[in-house]
Amino acid sequence: MTHWISSIILEHGLPDDEGVGKMLLRAIDLKGGYAIRSGFVKAVDGCSLTLSEGEILGIIGESGCGKSTLGKLLMGFTMPPLKLLNGKALIEEIDLYSYDLEDRRRFWGSLISMMPQYSMNALNPTMKIKDFIYDFLKHHKRDITREEALEIASDRLKSLNLSPNVLDMYPFELSGGMKQRVVIMVSTLLNPKTLICDEPTSALDVSTQRVLLELLYNMVKLEKIVSSMIIISHDVAAISQICDTLYVMYAGKIVEKGSLNDIIEEPLHPYTKALISSVLTPEERVRRGKITGLKGAPPDLLNPPVYCRFAARCPSAFSKCKQAEPPLIRIGNREVACWLFSGE
Amino acid sequence: MSILLRVEKLTKIFTAGGIFGSKMKVMAVNNISFECGKGEILGIIGESGSGKTTTMKMILKLYKPTEGKIYFQGKDVWTIPSKEYYRHVQGVFQDPYSSINPVYKVRYLFDNIFDNLLGDIPVDERREILNEVLDRVQLKAEEVLYKYSYELSGGQLQRVLLAACLLVNPELIIADEPTSMIDASMRVAILNVMKSLKEEEGNSIIFITHDIGQAFYVCDRLLVMHKGEIVEEGNAEEVVFHPQHPYTKRLIADVPKLGKKLILRR
Repeated sequence: MTHWISSIILEHGLPDDEGVGKMLLRAIDLKGGYAIRSGFVKAVDGCSLTLSEGEILGIIGESGCGKSTLGKLLMGFTMPPLKLLNGKALIEEIDLYSYDLEDRRRFWGSLISMMPQYSMNALNPTMKIKDFIYDFLKHHKRDITREEALEIASDRLKSLNLSPNVLDMYPFELSGGMKQRVVIMVSTLLNPKTLICDEPTSALDVSTQRVLLELLYNMVKLEKIVSSMIIISHDVAAISQICDTLYVMYAGKIVEKGSLNDIIEEPLHPYTKALISSVLTPEERVRRGKITGLKGAPPDLLNPPVYCRFAARCPSAFSKCKQAEPPLIRIGNREVACWLFSGE
Repeated sequence: MSILLRVEKLTKIFTAGGIFGSKMKVMAVNNISFECGKGEILGIIGESGSGKTTTMKMILKLYKPTEGKIYFQGKDVWTIPSKEYYRHVQGVFQDPYSSINPVYKVRYLFDNIFDNLLGDIPVDERREILNEVLDRVQLKAEEVLYKYSYELSGGQLQRVLLAACLLVNPELIIADEPTSMIDASMRVAILNVMKSLKEEEGNSIIFITHDIGQAFYVCDRLLVMHKGEIVEEGNAEEVVFHPQHPYTKRLIADVPKLGKKLILRR
């Protein structure tokens, strides 16, 4: 909550208060997507985001809504066919897009880092973990020796509850959960300011998932290995356990943002409502009534509608929804992109 | 409620290696017994590697049990001819990509069912029935029928397989993680189809999953499996709200609940 307020204050240029996390990352009107033969897929269409120190931010939405693309754009990872059309990404006031793709490399890992979606398959199968780590550190610190690199790595492994023997193993000798922890270790070795975790909990069973979430939480809040974190996921229940702020994405747009508690307790946007009501947890409310879910599919991002993108599936759509696209409307501490709240 | 399927002291041991090295024995399922009634949704929950899928494959006659018997409507399943058995019992498998022949278009799967399991149905009628079942799982015939399996998303394929199951309309459906690749918002709709199958047509379903939230939503009764054994069995609400076995207690505690902050274990 305090972080959320702080980011608003900072956005309006007020001086930094004591005890309030300072802003680390700011994205302004990011637009980007994939250039393919049949056109341009506008996967991210005008997304702004702020992240403060010590904050864990969750981005939720269904498959194909642009969550992962937003993650890549935030760290400046614009490998073709991904292309940035417009917007800025500032980390500690460093404008990432003022550097070209090759130069941006030196910020990855130290300033902003990512744990990729299929992180179990992200390790090089032909290299031992220690060689992989040495390669990585050598790239960022030219004068590091092999011994120093391994010392840093084995220290980190201990804090992730892995034995240093892992360093001598090949990826195929590790279980899925262990590989994932190794990837977390590698992506946080240089104490990045922001870590972006793309679907960290998919493909894990509940017990492993819990251990992983605990670990991510500790890294930001207790050990302070990373200063802030963005978690991209479609599993609302899982990430709601550790997030402070929640952004809801639909068809390339942010449709609602606010503090986690506000959104879970009283979702405003009809899409958020549907998403949250279709979360199945072992609680009384799930058994009581019939949950309807959401029918239909999100719009084609090659030619998205010019009006509200959710209008076709929205249970409370009215005439205005099919005329113009709603902007983000501020209500208290949160923002929602829906004509229902325009106050007219 | 009459009993449709009865499993008695089922055990499956897999042997690995043995040509050059020493033989290794893995006890995948260890002496389990349970029953599934007519018009009941029975959930089997447990973490990865607890023997859920092996149990399913034995019921579907894909693995021969090392020990134990499975009775369907009072008859030992191994004495029922396969073609007749599969008209009454069908499975939806975990990995949809490996369940569909990649050489043929999706249409082939449905044609096969019509030819082999359903008998003489004229072509026009076939199309009508097919549209109906695809509509139930929210797919459009033109979207999927003339495509190869790799051209469809995981979620679409899983729905295709469920549609194939609905087409046969068996008395017992065994579904192994049928919604793992379907989006959260669509998932509920598919689970509702399963619920309506039970309520409107009286089919029985054995629902295998590691997602306790889903199992809790659809199932009447739950079996909790751990390391090949059934550690707890009972009414869904009882198992979830008042777990008895320490393993079940831990499993239920690990399930994320909406908006509940993580309590750190020290």
